[in-house]
Amino acid sequence: MFDRRPSFRHGVHPPAAKEETRDRPIHQFPFAPVLMLPLATLGDHAAKPVVVAGQEVERGELIAEPDDPLSVTMHAPATGCVRRIAPAPTIQGKMQPAIFIEPFTASTQAIVAGTACDLSASQDQVIAAIRGAGAVGLGGAAFPTHAKLQAARDRVVDVILINGAECEPYLTTDYRVMLEHADDVVTGIRYLLRASGASRAVVAIEADKAAAAHRMTAAIAELPSVVAGGNPPAAIDVERLPVKYPQGAEKILIAAVLGRQVPSRGLPIDVGTLCFNVASAAEIGRCLSTGTGLVDRVLTVGGPAVERPGNYRVPLGTPLRFLLETVGLTDEAAMVFLGGPMMGQAVSSLEIPIGKGTTGVIAVTPAQTAAIDRQRRHPCIRCGYCVDACPMFLNPAQLGLLAQQQRFQSMASDHHLMDCFECGCCSYVCPSHIPLVQQFRVAKAALRK
Amino acid sequence: MLKRTLQLRTSPHLHSGTSVEAIMFHVALATLPACAFAVYHFGLAALLVLSVSVITCVLTEHVVCHCRRQPTTVADGAAIVTGLLYGMTLPPSLPLWMVVLGAIVAVGVGKMLFGGLGANPFNPALVGRAFLQTAFPLAMTTWSSTASDRFTSVSRSTFTWPLMRPDYDPSSTDGISGATALGLWKSEGTLLPLPDLFWGTVPGCVGETSAALLLLGGLYLIARGMMSWRIPLAILTTVAVGSLLVDQFESERRFDPLTMWFSGGLMLGAMFMATDMVGSPLTGWGCVLYGVGIGALVLIIRGWGGMPEGVMYAILLGNAVSPLIDRYIHPRLFETRQRSAAR
Repeated sequence: MFDRRPSFRHGVHPPAAKEETRDRPIHQFPFAPVLMLPLATLGDHAAKPVVVAGQEVERGELIAEPDDPLSVTMHAPATGCVRRIAPAPTIQGKMQPAIFIEPFTASTQAIVAGTACDLSASQDQVIAAIRGAGAVGLGGAAFPTHAKLQAARDRVVDVILINGAECEPYLTTDYRVMLEHADDVVTGIRYLLRASGASRAVVAIEADKAAAAHRMTAAIAELPSVVAGGNPPAAIDVERLPVKYPQGAEKILIAAVLGRQVPSRGLPIDVGTLCFNVASAAEIGRCLSTGTGLVDRVLTVGGPAVERPGNYRVPLGTPLRFLLETVGLTDEAAMVFLGGPMMGQAVSSLEIPIGKGTTGVIAVTPAQTAAIDRQRRHPCIRCGYCVDACPMFLNPAQLGLLAQQQRFQSMASDHHLMDCFECGCCSYVCPSHIPLVQQFRVAKAALRK
Repeated sequence: MLKRTLQLRTSPHLHSGTSVEAIMFHVALATLPACAFAVYHFGLAALLVLSVSVITCVLTEHVVCHCRRQPTTVADGAAIVTGLLYGMTLPPSLPLWMVVLGAIVAVGVGKMLFGGLGANPFNPALVGRAFLQTAFPLAMTTWSSTASDRFTSVSRSTFTWPLMRPDYDPSSTDGISGATALGLWKSEGTLLPLPDLFWGTVPGCVGETSAALLLLGGLYLIARGMMSWRIPLAILTTVAVGSLLVDQFESERRFDPLTMWFSGGLMLGAMFMATDMVGSPLTGWGCVLYGVGIGALVLIIRGWGGMPEGVMYAILLGNAVSPLIDRYIHPRLFETRQRSAAR
């Protein structure tokens, strides 16, 4: 009760539901008959293909180059043949141009290696190498890592946060990555320290992942005392945080670990820090030290409707249907969402591909969906639960009333709607079952027009 | 493999499981010890008052919904809670027809007229009581004494015909005298023994006498996270600190903080009435301000008002300013917060 460990105020405690997959080691996933790789990793920022239909590519070979600051380098996830470059379905529901690769049956897991990036390389060289590896935020946002570092290039970063909070229920990928690839994570952190110019890194891990924290501490202890060649020498610390959602959200994590408040509409760099997910750090460590590109990502496949839940290293572009058929989807499956249950997006079609930002695939049964569907909606009783849950200290009850009256402008100008990062705590606790965060999304969308 | 169409919904795909029904159930549960004590202490009359008020409140809500051609909302349990709380604020010997009338006003006017659950500006139970207090001041301040035959018979006044003057027994002399602790204190300056006040073996309204059991119910709700702990804390602290202060200057009567706490309707009001979610502010500091205001009003009315007890009006006034408090007190934004233990 009197936990002195750093954390943030408000937030909620959803059931973790991590037992199902937390002890399942990461398995390499087989290649699907066709891989679909949308050219845009983030929004509409499409990369420029450097391959043509009919061309044979090797696993790890460059297939698309960044075309603008927010587009991302792409590598072939499998040795095979480029079938076509054509529109493919995406999670957003619209078709986006993608590279279709048909892996050869003999395709192996070996990845074409390039030139490794030296740990003592210059800041710009490391950023360029990260860009070349196609690294993005693997915690779900899929924001290009090189763009984040480039934006902070001329600003002071004194500490970087490595996000291993993994506060979303069901997901255990970050935990497994820290447990099994702690060395990659540490190598990645050293590259990131170099690329950001920070002298200190803090790995933030929630208390329910004690084994991962131990493993990380051990991996850091093995390092020579002077890491990253910085001056003064950089330090890497492991910070254990109490379990609470949404601790893994960037602004919240910064407040929890560093006690710094990112200003409204601001970025972590405004308080002298940058956040990277542990999985991003691990991939950067692995890719840069071997000169390869990002071709797979680790994700949790779980939920009550999955027959063989676990953590898998899945080639990018694997269609959701192939993924779920391989792990076995029960007849009971009623809803599939990408990411965790608090912020994950439900999919309407299984034809969409796994992307760099997919942290998990969770399939649930009617028993779970009915729990929400059968809820009776009541008027707001002003209990204030949402006010006590909102980690951004907004007033969701008031926002909800305004949303019902469609007073979107007032929501934004008087009640800080744009500070809401849609963690869903308000909807989670509402005893009247008012879809608060859902209404806020509608309001934001209406305001954007 | 996939047999059915995939369902689509936006996140969150989880819910904490709380519901209005659950909150109402636990609030009702929390009042039960005090209600049970009321039946033990005042006998059959208290049981009748409580049952009649609950039944009338539920029926009123059902009928109003029916008249408005809406699906009935009695299933959410709010009317049961209103009925219990309203019944607890009534004198045990109150004629039942008055109980019925007040319950109709409580739910019909105090709640449904404003739009039902969540829309009532005032605590419906107190609206009903305030109506009775104004309409039947005599009946609302006549306290029967505890008789030994209380489990087998009720005061004649209970079954008074509607619109007839209630007939109180002058004969019952055994048991406890008929004036409330606050009435005695105000008129004669005498203090009743604290243990009696704390445990509730004193005259008073049906559910208000046992401070101990009300406190128990309140603590249960706080532990369940179904009640703002700030409101009762602010009210009780204000009353206690205020009493100590006033006691320094007032020579006529003793302002004893514990007597103030355990007498009259303060414990019932602080724990169950002021904390009514609809009528109280949303934010933590708003709740503190609201509680301090109610506490101060209670003390002022008790000390210098025309009536011995002022909890009801204090809370109704608190309800009235609660929207104003919500208008000006907002949660302090994330970006402006400084963590004390920043590291």
